[in-house]
Amino acid sequence: ALAERANLAGVRHILLVLSGKGGVGKSTLSTELALALRHAGKRVGILDVDLCGPSIPRMLRAQDSAVHQCASGWVPVLVGQDKAIALMSIGFLLERPDDAVVWRGPKKNALIKQFVTDVAWGELDFLIVDTPPGTSDEHISTVEALRPYQLLGAVLVTTPQ
Amino acid sequence: LAAQLSLSLAECPGTGSAQAGRAAACQGCPNQGLCASGAAGPDPAEAAELRARLRAVRHTVLVLSGKGGVGKSTFSALLAHGLAADETKQVALLDIDICGPSIPKIMGLEGEQVHQSGSGWSPVYVEENLGVMSVGFLLSSPDDAVIWRGPKKNGLIKQFLRDVDWGEVDYLIVDTPPGTSDEHLSIVQYLSATHIDGAVIVTTPQEVSLQDVRKEINFCRKVKLPIIGVVENMSGFVCPKCKNESQIFPPTTGGAEKMCQNLSVSLLGKVPLDPQIGKSCDRGQSFLAEAPESPATLSYRNIIQRIQEYCEQHHLQEEKIM
Repeated sequence: ALAERANLAGVRHILLVLSGKGGVGKSTLSTELALALRHAGKRVGILDVDLCGPSIPRMLRAQDSAVHQCASGWVPVLVGQDKAIALMSIGFLLERPDDAVVWRGPKKNALIKQFVTDVAWGELDFLIVDTPPGTSDEHISTVEALRPYQLLGAVLVTTPQ
Repeated sequence: LAAQLSLSLAECPGTGSAQAGRAAACQGCPNQGLCASGAAGPDPAEAAELRARLRAVRHTVLVLSGKGGVGKSTFSALLAHGLAADETKQVALLDIDICGPSIPKIMGLEGEQVHQSGSGWSPVYVEENLGVMSVGFLLSSPDDAVIWRGPKKNGLIKQFLRDVDWGEVDYLIVDTPPGTSDEHLSIVQYLSATHIDGAVIVTTPQEVSLQDVRKEINFCRKVKLPIIGVVENMSGFVCPKCKNESQIFPPTTGGAEKMCQNLSVSLLGKVPLDPQIGKSCDRGQSFLAEAPESPATLSYRNIIQRIQEYCEQHHLQEEKIM
């Protein structure tokens, strides 16, 4: 439990990007928000909990990166032009980019919990959490795992129709 | 030394399968113990029930994508309308998107409720020959969030197949949520009680969509689900005023056409963007009926015909074998 607290202890604000609907631009917004905050001099991380359709690695040109381990956990991949945005996504853990992650809820939940507690984020001003569409396993597990921390809030994305 | 991480991606064999808890994929799954103990074993009575209920369904088509917001529900609704235009055909539209059920609104059935009879749940009929089922009809208010984990969603999907009195059906169209998870595994598992003609996979032209759709194609191959073909939605926009064509979602990596070539799947057609489509969906009207002259309508009709031909041909081949 101590190690769990440590990995998110240095993160000042945690922000969720949600919708109910797919394809409205959650990942696009998460990416642009991270880039804008970075541009404003903030230390930023992105946690991509869309396990079936992880879009963030491609949006930040990091599709071919790999995740390594350190003493305090998993090391997030550094992306962006100045390699200063920390990113964790299941996209980095696939052997082939087209591999389908065909998992039922319990297995998804276990990985999300690991993403929240085992990634060594270090000192961040903002951690942006990009989510898949819906109100199901990923969302419930993410909110539950983040409960001990100060969640800044959620940004909801939609389109007009 | 830094150790590189990768994942075992073998998929869940299914809580009801003989391999439950014992397959390679089960290592590390929180449910492994439960599955291995056989507590979640396959129920032969249940399988028999599903087979009986689905016996009178001639053709089943799944509408999938890996990506959200590409037009699965729109396409499912129009496919159902298109097929039901032939009054001699009985069409059923099943919406298994539990968290974001769009079908009630798109079919103009918001506010409808499901009634029970002696023979089961009654579908909600749009036309005499077009029945619809969705979790949307079970909610007390359209804004109620269905915040369910996988197992509960699976339970409802099973009920939709087991308890709904579909009657004799020529075409069962199943609209799905985005992804490759519980709903998708479950529907394939439960529908093995009947047979699935195949899947229609919907995408839009950009790489961010295709990326997810390739995974869906791999999912279909993994679970041995035949792929009828791919539909590319939002494929170009022709301005009604100046007739200029624009690529609103540029196919930076060759669009669905290139992907289909690379993966040896059929491209059923490309549907252009037409603002009337979204409007018709919002108003619960059939776009095909409201805008019969639109190039999008022509595309949809061609695609629907190809799907029909695929299903009929399939049926003939099966009959030959028998």
